[in-house]
Amino acid sequence: MSRPFSLRWPEIAAHGWTLAAAVIALMVLIPVGVVMASLWMPAPEIWAHMTEHVLPELLLNTFWLVLGVGIGVSVLGVSLAWLTAMCEFPGRRLFSWALMLPMAIPAYVLGFVFIGLLDFTGPLQTLLRGWFGEFAFPPIRSRGGVILVMTLTLYPYVYLIARNAFLTQGKRTLEVAQSLGLSRRAGFFRVALPMARPWIAGGVMLAIMETLADFGTVAVFNYDTFTTGIYKAWYGLFSLPAASQLASLLVMLVFALILIEQYTRARKRYTSTGRNTDSRDRIKLHHAARWSAMWYCALVVAIAFVIPLLQLIDWALSVYQSDLDARYVEFLLHSITLGAIAAVIAAAVALTLSYAARHSRTGRTRWLTRVANLGYALPGPVLAVGTYIPITWLDTHIAEWMHAAFGIDVGHLLQGTLLTMLAAYTVRFMAVSFNPIDGNMQRITRSLDDAARSLGVSGIKMLQRVHIPILRSGLITGMLLVFVDVMKEMPITLMTRPFGWDTLAIQIFEMTSEGQWERAALPAVALVVVGLVPIALLTRYTDQ
Amino acid sequence: MRILNPWYSVVNSVAAAVLGAGSMFASPLLADDAHHADAKSGGDEVVVYSARNEQLIKPMFDAYTKETGTKIKFITDKEGPLMQRLKAEGAGTPADILLTVDAGNLWQARQMNLLKPVKSAVLEANIPAHLRDADNYWFGLSVRARTIVYNTQRVKPEQLSTYEDLADPKWKKHLCLRTSKKVYNQSLVAMLIAEHGEQKTEELVRGWVANLATDVFSDDVKVMQAIAAGQCDVGMVNTYYFGRLVAKNPKLPLKLFWPNQAGNGVHVNVSGAGVTAHAKHEAAAVKLLEWLSTPNAQNMFADVNLEYPVNPAVQPAAVVAAWGTFKQNPINVAKAGELQTAAVKLMDRAGYK
Repeated sequence: MSRPFSLRWPEIAAHGWTLAAAVIALMVLIPVGVVMASLWMPAPEIWAHMTEHVLPELLLNTFWLVLGVGIGVSVLGVSLAWLTAMCEFPGRRLFSWALMLPMAIPAYVLGFVFIGLLDFTGPLQTLLRGWFGEFAFPPIRSRGGVILVMTLTLYPYVYLIARNAFLTQGKRTLEVAQSLGLSRRAGFFRVALPMARPWIAGGVMLAIMETLADFGTVAVFNYDTFTTGIYKAWYGLFSLPAASQLASLLVMLVFALILIEQYTRARKRYTSTGRNTDSRDRIKLHHAARWSAMWYCALVVAIAFVIPLLQLIDWALSVYQSDLDARYVEFLLHSITLGAIAAVIAAAVALTLSYAARHSRTGRTRWLTRVANLGYALPGPVLAVGTYIPITWLDTHIAEWMHAAFGIDVGHLLQGTLLTMLAAYTVRFMAVSFNPIDGNMQRITRSLDDAARSLGVSGIKMLQRVHIPILRSGLITGMLLVFVDVMKEMPITLMTRPFGWDTLAIQIFEMTSEGQWERAALPAVALVVVGLVPIALLTRYTDQ
Repeated sequence: MRILNPWYSVVNSVAAAVLGAGSMFASPLLADDAHHADAKSGGDEVVVYSARNEQLIKPMFDAYTKETGTKIKFITDKEGPLMQRLKAEGAGTPADILLTVDAGNLWQARQMNLLKPVKSAVLEANIPAHLRDADNYWFGLSVRARTIVYNTQRVKPEQLSTYEDLADPKWKKHLCLRTSKKVYNQSLVAMLIAEHGEQKTEELVRGWVANLATDVFSDDVKVMQAIAAGQCDVGMVNTYYFGRLVAKNPKLPLKLFWPNQAGNGVHVNVSGAGVTAHAKHEAAAVKLLEWLSTPNAQNMFADVNLEYPVNPAVQPAAVVAAWGTFKQNPINVAKAGELQTAAVKLMDRAGYK
């Protein structure tokens, strides 16, 4: 159908891809730009105060948090991914999906549960005090505590993406390595791990960006980071310029991280090496290793999911008679609808972006794709405001123009509709779906396209028979991550929801903002239960 | 070369279909119909942006709708984003009323030109002058007292006297506090600045910090639990948190103490509201505020969260009344907003996190 254009098509298409990437990047840049708008407005008095009394500690705290969570999610995510993808041990099938469950619990909820269980007043310390009297227990409300909680909720990003990489990488490479004389351990560190690197790095970047943007969890721990600094400047000191300058610093920091990660793997090509791993390929662990692997997985699932969920259920049971009503059906439907639509849109946009990056040979497009992923690093409340301002501006101007030109009163076309919400979600969660999709896209090498074409497969057939099968797991992973993230999301949902569009996350907010955590457990449990469905679906797909 | 032309169009049409379906889905069904209501401009609807939780306002709104037929639409969020939202929406805002849980943010909303003054004899009669804006831009609707709470097994009430006294070294390792990031503490310190000036207040806050038994907590409930468990002996909390906790667990060894009774009185703040600068249903909004200040509504508004009514003619709930009567600090609560920035900086300097 495109034959008439075939001569000039490549150039047009190449420009088209750059254009598409530019439009998407612009969508993200507008809110970021709005936040940065007051970057050059002086706020010397606030800055003098912040530099002297706030910034030093805040930078140090942020540094340790990022480092701790970065290392934590890498170690936990990669080791668990390797075990469940490449090794055989009791319970492997169960753990391969159960290890994703912690993702369903919002980090701030896990934080609160951990503090509830492990602080001085919690059941564990109370019990131990009863037995042994006063003693020193490592404080949960501490740097280590925040790192632990954030690692436990964020490692699934790395786990999911790395596991996907190990599965598609296959065991053959490892066999080649062994046939060349490497031990199994050396094979893992020198072959399998480096080959999975872009995926692992992508997952770790997601976790780090989420850590940098987090407000809820650090607030529960009262651990001061960059985000709390932004909040303090904005809502405590009423200084929008100082807040936006801090936010800009954060964005630049993240951009630098992205560039460093990009630079260190530049000019390396990653390809897949044939068929996926199946059960015959798995390394059979023996004796002690079998059981250690099982206990290791079980421990992670227990600490990050089972115990917190039991605590939440316990709290929920104490309030459900008074709180559970017909509105919950509505909250549930709203959460699912928003998550699902946002997941599809984010995946479609990310896919476009990924193809753009692939087809354009210019460095410009690569840059644009990096920029388009920045939304994830901005703290949700900041991004919510950044999105809302241009949308209401546009809305007002459209209405005025329509009125002046045609005398029609159109009212608000965008403000107070789902469109605003979905646009904001897409800007925020683009990176979440882009990373897994783009990771798979790198598997579609140019020689693969050429080979397919030489066999007479091209156009839509190439898409069906070559690209989609390779991209499928990445697309599904991306959509699931966005779905779960949108359901947990709070600040954007709060600010942009149309009247009456309350969700489970909103219900959690209503209770927690006045410290009623036990009552918040009911919507939290509902949220976790809904989150389980797509997680179960996902494992079925990626495991095939 | 390696361009898949049909794929390009597929992606585009899929994207277009998704977005198109999204907008079809969104616009006709879900567009908020505030502008349709403009046309009617009757008093049959009021739109509220509320930082007070749904469970604390919905019962009142339902009662009002039942009584008057006026429908109330509301959105909840934190104060900061709500004010940013109002600012961004400008003249096109659907909101008629901004409702918050502290005076500092109402003061700030007025500074941002988000509110308009209201002339109402009813509101002026029902609400004492120190609990509303001097120029009638906003009105307190319930009183929240921030007072001292202590462990009855470890502290005798005779040992307690004032907020200032908690900075005395005799309380070293015995004090628990909530984070300075909460606006309630910012207001409390702002009021102390109003009374003592910055220098003395800073020494005072340093004294509190030096007396801390453990890192500051992220909420009032945790402070009380720590005091009950003996991690510390005294702290400062809003009374309704105490009411809630004790209702659930009456055996806790906790009691409230009213400080500064020989001096200026207990620090109070308000949950209050103002009419927005671009309200579309101004008359209806004022009517709702007036109704909220009347005895019947006052009891509902305050009692649902164990707070104190602003209307002096109205008695608090029996549970609340049982905590005893106390002298309120008569400084206008607007001071809390005026001095909030100074308070936040002061607490940073003093190392109060």
